[in-house]
Amino acid sequence: MEERFDIVVIGGGPAGLAAAVSARRAGIDSVLIIERDKVLGGILNQCVHNGFGIHTFGEELTGPEYADRYVRMVEDMNIPAELDTMVLDFDADRVLTVVSPEKGLRRIHAGAIILAMGCRERPRGALNIPGYRPAGIYTAGTAQRLINIDGYMPGRDVVILGSGDIGLITARRMALEDARVRCVAELMPYSGGLRRNIVQCLDDFDIPLLLSHTVVEIHGRERLTGVTLAQVDEKLKPIAGTEKHIPCDTLLLSVGLLPENELSRQAGVELSSVTGGPVVDGDLSTSIPGVFACGNVLHVHDLVDWVSLEAETAGKNAADFVKNGKKPAGERVYITPGPGVRYTVPSYVEKGNIGEKVTVRFRVADRYKNASTCALAEGKVLSKKKRMVMAPGEMEELIIDGAALENAASVTVFVEE
Amino acid sequence: MYDVVIIGAGVTGCSIARELSKYQLKICLIEKETDVCCGTSKANSGIVHAGFDSVPGTLHAKLNIQGAALMEQYSEMLDFHFRRNGSLVLCFSDEDRPQLEELLQRGIKNGVKNLSIIEREELKALEPNVSDLAVAALYAPDGGIVCPFGLTIAMAENAAVNGVEFKFSTQVESVKKTGEDFEISTSRGRIVSKTVINAAGLYGDTLHNMVSGEKIEIIPRKGEYCLLDKSNGEVVNATVFQLPGKLGKGVLVTPTVHGNTLIGPTAEDILDKEGVDTTARGLKNLTEKAVLSIPKLPVKTVITSFAGLRAHISREKKDFMIGEVSDCPGFIDAVGIESPGLTSAPAIGLYVADIIKGKLNPAEKTDFIERRKASVDPKSLSFEEHQQLIARNHAYGNIICRCEVISEGEIIDAIRRPLGATTLDGVKRRTRSGMGRCQGGFCAPKIMEIISRETGREETELIKSGEHSLLLSDKLER
Repeated sequence: MEERFDIVVIGGGPAGLAAAVSARRAGIDSVLIIERDKVLGGILNQCVHNGFGIHTFGEELTGPEYADRYVRMVEDMNIPAELDTMVLDFDADRVLTVVSPEKGLRRIHAGAIILAMGCRERPRGALNIPGYRPAGIYTAGTAQRLINIDGYMPGRDVVILGSGDIGLITARRMALEDARVRCVAELMPYSGGLRRNIVQCLDDFDIPLLLSHTVVEIHGRERLTGVTLAQVDEKLKPIAGTEKHIPCDTLLLSVGLLPENELSRQAGVELSSVTGGPVVDGDLSTSIPGVFACGNVLHVHDLVDWVSLEAETAGKNAADFVKNGKKPAGERVYITPGPGVRYTVPSYVEKGNIGEKVTVRFRVADRYKNASTCALAEGKVLSKKKRMVMAPGEMEELIIDGAALENAASVTVFVEE
Repeated sequence: MYDVVIIGAGVTGCSIARELSKYQLKICLIEKETDVCCGTSKANSGIVHAGFDSVPGTLHAKLNIQGAALMEQYSEMLDFHFRRNGSLVLCFSDEDRPQLEELLQRGIKNGVKNLSIIEREELKALEPNVSDLAVAALYAPDGGIVCPFGLTIAMAENAAVNGVEFKFSTQVESVKKTGEDFEISTSRGRIVSKTVINAAGLYGDTLHNMVSGEKIEIIPRKGEYCLLDKSNGEVVNATVFQLPGKLGKGVLVTPTVHGNTLIGPTAEDILDKEGVDTTARGLKNLTEKAVLSIPKLPVKTVITSFAGLRAHISREKKDFMIGEVSDCPGFIDAVGIESPGLTSAPAIGLYVADIIKGKLNPAEKTDFIERRKASVDPKSLSFEEHQQLIARNHAYGNIICRCEVISEGEIIDAIRRPLGATTLDGVKRRTRSGMGRCQGGFCAPKIMEIISRETGREETELIKSGEHSLLLSDKLER
C-alpha cells in the first residue's frame, strides 16, 4: 500500500518543527516529520547555553528548552514524527526513500516536501592545513556534542581555530570544565561570531582572540602535541617570520557552516554557489515545484528565532501548495546582491504571487559602521535601514512592500556607506 | 616454534601470509601498529599499473605484469574493489614525443597488452577534461585502480581465516640466528621461527641489517596527496599521468574506486621514517601540477590531504629486493617495495612463497578456504534485497555515517569480522565511515560508542590508530 502524506518535513530540528507546526495551523492534517536522530530538536539539544528565543518567546531559553517549546506544540497537535529515520533520497515527483531500523526501507509519497536538514561544519580537510593527522582534532560542534551529550572531554589543552559562534561557545564550555583554552585564532581581521558571544565567551574568561591568525601546521603523530600559528596579511596569506608554536592536545575548528544539501543536489534542486543552499523564490519554493526550504539548509542563520520565523513561512506556503497547487508562474523580479552584500534570500519573487510584505534576508561582506542597507529598484528605494554596526557574522533583513515589488523589474540589495 | 614469521602487515606481508596459508605451516605475522595496512600500504595512489614504466628484465617489470594480471581474479576471489579504468600518460610537447615512444616500446617489451599512442583528438574524445595542451598520450586500457585498504585487509582476513596468527602492537627489537633457527625479540616477548620474512617496509633495512653483513639503506620518499569530494562526479575516467619532461616529474589525477578524485604524489626524500606530515609547499606544488593535466580540476573541493612514504632502497639498480639473504639462509627479504609494489603484491606473495616452499617443502592444506566475502554493501543491493537485509538485521537500517551512508550493521560487522577493527581508523578503512566530506564530524562520536559497546572498552581508552592516539581525555563526572 502506498504511504502518502500531504507534507513531509525532512529534519526535526528548529526549522522542521516550526514548519510542521505552521503547516498544521494552515489546515493541513497529514504532516509527517522525519528525523534521523533519536529525539526531536536537532542541534539545539547540544546547545545547553542560553540566549535562545528572545525574539520568539520574549525570554532567554537554553537550546533544549527552546526545542522543547516546539516539540510540545508538535505533540499537542499530534503531528507524527518518525525518529531514527534517514531520508536516502527524494525525486522530482516528491517520492522519498527512507530507512529506519524499525520500519526498514520504504517509499513515502509527499504532496509537498519541506527541506529542513540544517547545516554542518567545515572539517579540517576542507582547509587543507598541512602537518600530521593525529587524534585530537575536532570540529567545535563535535566537541560540543561529546561534552554536552556524551559526557566526555575531547582534551584538556585547547586551541580553537575560527571564531564562529560554535567555536566561541565551545571555548567557554571547555573553560567551564577547567580545560586550558590557549586562544581562539581567526583568519579574518574580525570575528565571524555574534558580538555578545565574544564578550560572554572569550572576554569574561580571559581567552585571547587572535585576529588575522591561522594554523599553518599541525604537530603530533598520534595525539596532537601542538600547532603552529601565524599571522596573515591582507590577502589572508601567512606572513613568514610570524610563526609561533603553541603546545596543545586539542584543536577545535569553527571555520564555517555548510548547508547540508546532499539530498537536494541528488534530487536536482538548483543550489546557490554562495550560500550552498537552494535558490528559492518569495514563497521559499525551490526549483522543484512543491519542494520548499527553510532554516540552515537554505542559508546559515545566526539566531534560531529567525530560523523559526522563516520555517513558518515555508510551512504556510507548502500548505498553500497542497491546497491550491502550484501558482501560475508570474514574471520574475530578481533580487540580487549589490555592493557589500554576499547573497539574498529569496533570489527572486514572482509577480502575481507576491505577498503583502517580503522579508529579504542577507549577509554583508565586511564590517560597517554607521551605514545603511538598502533595496533599490530602477533608482527607487523600496526599503532602507540605518545600521550602527554590521558584520558578516550577523544576518540582516529588509522588509519590502509587496505592492512595490509588483511594479519593479529587478531589485538590488546593497550597503550604502 | 613457528615455521614462518613474517614481519610487517602491509600489503606485501599480508599477500605473502595469504599465499603461505595454503600450506601446512605454522605462520605468525608481526606488526608494530595496531592494525594491518597502517604504513605505506594505506597512503599511496591505489593504482594497478599496466607495467610500461618498469625497466625490462627487472623484478619490477616481471612482478608488475604478473600482479596486474592477477588483480582482477583476486578482486573477485577476495571481494575487494578493483576497476580496470585504463591509464593515460600525457605528453605536453612534441619535443617529448621520443620519451613517449620509449615508454611504449618499454611497455611492449614488458608484455603490456593493448598499448598505443593516441593523438589529441582521440585523447579528448576519451577524456574531455584533459588539457588542450596535451599533444598526445600513451594509452594503456589495461591499467586499473584498486582500494589499497580493501586489497590488504582482504588478504589479511583470508590469511587469518586460514590459520595465520597476527600479533599487533608488537615491535621487533632484534633478530638472531641461533643454529638453524631464528630468535626474534619483540616488545611482547620472544618468538622462535625456522624462517623469517622481512616485509617491514620502511624498516626493512633495520631488519635486514640485524642479520646480514651486506648493509642496505631504505630512504623514506614522501608522497603527498589531496582527495577531492565525490560530488564533483568523475573528473577523469582513466588514471592520468604526466610524462616526465620539461615540467619535471609529474603528478597523476585519478578516480578512486569509490568515486572520489585523487591527485598526487609529490616525491621528496626525507630523513624521518614516520614523517607522514603534509607540507604547505607540497600541497601547493601538487595542485599546481595537477591542473596542468586537468585545467577544470575542482581543487577547492579537497576533503582531505595525506602523505605516504615509499620505502625507497638506496642502490644503483632500481628494483625490488626480494630473496633469501646470501649470508643468512632462512631470512628472506621482501624490501624496497615502492611503486609498483601495490600492483605487484599478489605476485610478490607467490614469489616469496616459492622461496619458502623450496626451503620447507610444506604439504598443501586440504581445507584451505580460498574465497573471502566482504561485508554486505547495502548500496549494491536492490530495493527488495536491501529491505530484506534490514528486516533480518535492524542495525542495517540505522545510518551512522551520513556522507557515505554507512549503517550500524556494516560497522558492527567490521568490528566482529576476522581481524576486526578495534580503532576509529580501523572502522573507517573497513567501512568508509568518516571518509566523506564531513570527515567524521557527525559519525565519529557514534562510532566510538559502537566500538566501546562491541569491544567492552571504555570510550576514554579508544584510539584513532596508533597506540597513543587517544581520542578523548576523560569522562566528565555528572
